[in-house]
Amino acid sequence: MAKIAFAILAACVLAACTQPVNSPYSAAESGGSVLYSAFGERPKHLDPARSYSENEYVFLGNIYEPPLQYHYLKRPYELEPQTAAGMPTVRYFDAAGRELPADADSARIALSEYEIRIKPGIRYQPHPCFARDAAGKPRYIPMRPEELAGIDNFLDFTETGSRELTADDYVYQIRRLAHPRVQSPILGLMSDYIVGLKDLAKALAEAAKAQPKEAYLDINAFDFEGAYVVDRHTYRVRLKGKYPQFVYWLAMPFFAPVPEEAERFYRQPGMAAKNFSLDWQPVGTGAYYLAENEPNRVMRLERNPHYREDFYPAEGAPGDREAGLLADAGKRLPMVDRVVYSLEKEDVPYWNKFLQGYYDASGITSDSFDQAIRMNADGEPDLTPDMRERGIQLATTARPTLSYMGFNMLDPVVGGLSEPARKLRQALSIAIDYEEFISIFLNGRGLVGQGPIPPGIFGYREGIEGVNPVVFRTDCAERDSRSRGNDGGCQRFKRRPLEDARRLLAEAGYPNGRDARTGQPLTLYFDTAASGPEAKSRMDWFRKQFAKLDIQLVVRATDYNRFQDKMRKGSAQIFEWGWNADYPDPENFLFLLYGPHRKVGTGGENAANYQNPQFDRLFERMKDMDNSPERQAVIDRMVHLVREDAPWLFAFHPKSFGLRHGWVKNVKPNLMSHNLLKYRRVDPAARAAYQARWNRPMLWPLGVTVALLAGMIWPAVAAYRRRQKATANA
Amino acid sequence: MLNYIVRRLLYAIPILLGVNLLTFALFFMVNTPDDMARIHLGAKHVTEDAIEGWKREHGYDKPLFFNAGAEGAAKVSDTLFVEKSLKLFVLDFGPADDGRDIAREIKTRMWPSLAIALPTFLVGLLAYISFALLLVFFRGTRLDTAGVILCVALMSISGLFYVIGGQYVMGKLWHWFPISGYQPGLDAWKFLLMPVLVSLVAGIGDSARFYRALFIEEIGKDYVRTARAKGLSELRVLFRHVLGNAMIPILTGVVVVIPRLFLGSLIIESFFGIPGLGSYTIDAIQAQDFAIVRSMVFLGSLLYIIGLVLTDLSYTLVDPRVRLE
Repeated sequence: MAKIAFAILAACVLAACTQPVNSPYSAAESGGSVLYSAFGERPKHLDPARSYSENEYVFLGNIYEPPLQYHYLKRPYELEPQTAAGMPTVRYFDAAGRELPADADSARIALSEYEIRIKPGIRYQPHPCFARDAAGKPRYIPMRPEELAGIDNFLDFTETGSRELTADDYVYQIRRLAHPRVQSPILGLMSDYIVGLKDLAKALAEAAKAQPKEAYLDINAFDFEGAYVVDRHTYRVRLKGKYPQFVYWLAMPFFAPVPEEAERFYRQPGMAAKNFSLDWQPVGTGAYYLAENEPNRVMRLERNPHYREDFYPAEGAPGDREAGLLADAGKRLPMVDRVVYSLEKEDVPYWNKFLQGYYDASGITSDSFDQAIRMNADGEPDLTPDMRERGIQLATTARPTLSYMGFNMLDPVVGGLSEPARKLRQALSIAIDYEEFISIFLNGRGLVGQGPIPPGIFGYREGIEGVNPVVFRTDCAERDSRSRGNDGGCQRFKRRPLEDARRLLAEAGYPNGRDARTGQPLTLYFDTAASGPEAKSRMDWFRKQFAKLDIQLVVRATDYNRFQDKMRKGSAQIFEWGWNADYPDPENFLFLLYGPHRKVGTGGENAANYQNPQFDRLFERMKDMDNSPERQAVIDRMVHLVREDAPWLFAFHPKSFGLRHGWVKNVKPNLMSHNLLKYRRVDPAARAAYQARWNRPMLWPLGVTVALLAGMIWPAVAAYRRRQKATANA
Repeated sequence: MLNYIVRRLLYAIPILLGVNLLTFALFFMVNTPDDMARIHLGAKHVTEDAIEGWKREHGYDKPLFFNAGAEGAAKVSDTLFVEKSLKLFVLDFGPADDGRDIAREIKTRMWPSLAIALPTFLVGLLAYISFALLLVFFRGTRLDTAGVILCVALMSISGLFYVIGGQYVMGKLWHWFPISGYQPGLDAWKFLLMPVLVSLVAGIGDSARFYRALFIEEIGKDYVRTARAKGLSELRVLFRHVLGNAMIPILTGVVVVIPRLFLGSLIIESFFGIPGLGSYTIDAIQAQDFAIVRSMVFLGSLLYIIGLVLTDLSYTLVDPRVRLE
């Protein structure tokens, strides 16, 4: 017993000696080339065919490798091969199966065929599904129930193996999109493009009904023309018509390879009851593999020992070299051995642990904004002296996201393309001051929206060229050279005056906010799913903005389900919505206003139910074009149309503010890529030194506490003794 | 006594059925299976086919209480309520809507919850009762007045304040403990000390006031005067006789919570990053995971009923006049 007690004491002392006493990491998780981060919500899915969420892509992007990836440093975002040997080649065919030239008219193209050749020699992470016995047979497939009975943790599978990545794995994953048990969120979308995917889904659903729920369904046994293997390292995907945006999907985990062995392994009886599934334990070829998956506490990625030859990029965007982002050019990736993600649900402990040096990076919440950021003389965000002293660095970038206020175009008051309705929406576009909104509610972390396309996406126009003339006007004094560009043109703009909005409102038939025909005040209805104190102040702000035009705004707050239901039925009048780019192409934003994609009736993503035939025609032309001046011209016309029609108030593009400690290197915000961990480098010695400096325990409060307690107990004891004696004397 | 226990456990069946029915009705009054499917499938590109597929895969494609299309008993048995609820009575919780096994989650998460709740409960009980007896000993003096004022002040402060204050002072300023997090095994102690301390301080106000009120009532009774007249020390009077005779109301409040210690604390676990059961239900409500919600509500009700039976049994141990028949 004494020996055990001594061992425990020794372990505690040893742990305390090697790292600060308040370190949240065990000795095994500390030291070496480790990155420390956190996740606020446990991932729901880690199956690349099913996952469609940012917080899941943080893991999946580093474990699975689709054939393409975004260049880490170059801007605008540029696709490049990842496991592919080169960029995919595409061939077009007409309805009769005749091959067409690359510049063929989209209307003639009945079929597109993408050929992707992958690099040979890429190997999977170690995993029990690849393990083989001495006779060369799979070690754990099939597995007897009594064998599985002794296995409680995934690490109990003591034998692992690996194999080379082949084209079959990519085709297998495309088939998995139709698997009824996988429930891929993009099945509906991809069924419109990939040949035969819809039929495959139907056939698989029928087959699945006929067998037990957890049984293995051999999806390779079903006919499917949409994707096929050409040779060991080459496969082709066949699409209906022309869909140039498909290459962007090839950079998403949906099109990453999944080995059939993994499905066979996980679909064995008893596996699901132990939470062993592809949705829980991924199998990839990426730079890291998921070594520990306890999403209630920690998720740990370890360097994949079989990771292919991959090197830090040798070229980047202008300014990258000066920023030190090319210092590691040509070095073998990944540069960090282990990444530890801890569950941190609350912002306050996350922020405090970042300041103690236990997290390498952090976002900035509203609560910590003033502590971290101050505005410099130019109005630009800068770090506070305290942050600078700690060696913390700030990186900001506009997110490829648009938040907008939408008008239901089917609504009899605010909807439709009639002149009065258009003017009413334009008046509101001017009156609702999103610059003020960004300042109050986002601490200045946003760019006011000028159109449907966010910065960083082709089609977005910078500067005065990109300003929405319906809402803003130029604002330069005659001799003010600072606000003029090189050509002498005015570069400064400001929101149109409220008088313009009032005039538009009167022309719309609501002078002074009253219906000219009935004399009744104009009342509009705003539907939202937001709740809580912050939402209340936001709604109050909206009411005030509408009140500037003497319009009464009634806020109809509801839960998210009811809100979605209203949107589907088209019973909302005004609403808030947003869209985060799937890929950096204007089609991914402009399709949100495409008539045939309207929400009411078709269930599409056009929540405003906007339908302008001219816009729709331009969209159909634009979506098949390559990025070129011609495409830009078409986009300009489309943007002009939606500015005039104003089905949305282009509210803002949020800006991402990220902090990191100085010991973390090679950090450049890249909001399209998910495989960023392999580029990171850390200086563990610097981190350990800072952690030790920032976390010296203060012992004097302990002495004071003991003294205080003694000070409280002693009079009580004395009083007790006195009273006891008094009783005896009496 | 055995008859009594069996009878009480049989009473539990209709209670649990009722709880199940109520949970089921309340949940589906707010959410439809379509809403659940949409939450699970995400916000983008969700089609009606995908929603139908999700419902079919998770067994939510059946009518709630009555299946008009079925024959005979299947009209009732082939429904969502029967399919989803009856298995709970044999503690078969099944998988969550995200596919993970609920029983496994409960088994894993209950230990960290217990690691905080048990020491908090035991040390708290000891500290609160001792403090209350101390106040009773000094009743009517300035020490008693100061103690009561302190208790009222402590119980007037929000529990969240203790958590954030504790983290700020002991974690951030003094660097004594990790601000949040958890490690299993021997490393767990340093993650548990601060939440236990914070829980103890947060609970002392109302508990000590409650116990003081109980003891004040007892201290005026004849047996106390007799004990003192026999020359017993005040400590012995308080801890043996007063405490012993105040046990029935104490046990009423205490024993019933013992089985529920497994379920943990929402705020403490959430802020300190303890991977217990406390936040499991709230997370499930937010994710509209009905499978977890009904399992946790069922488990909570079951443990509460067990707690009540244990409370009745405990009365027989402290008061020989109580007979369970």
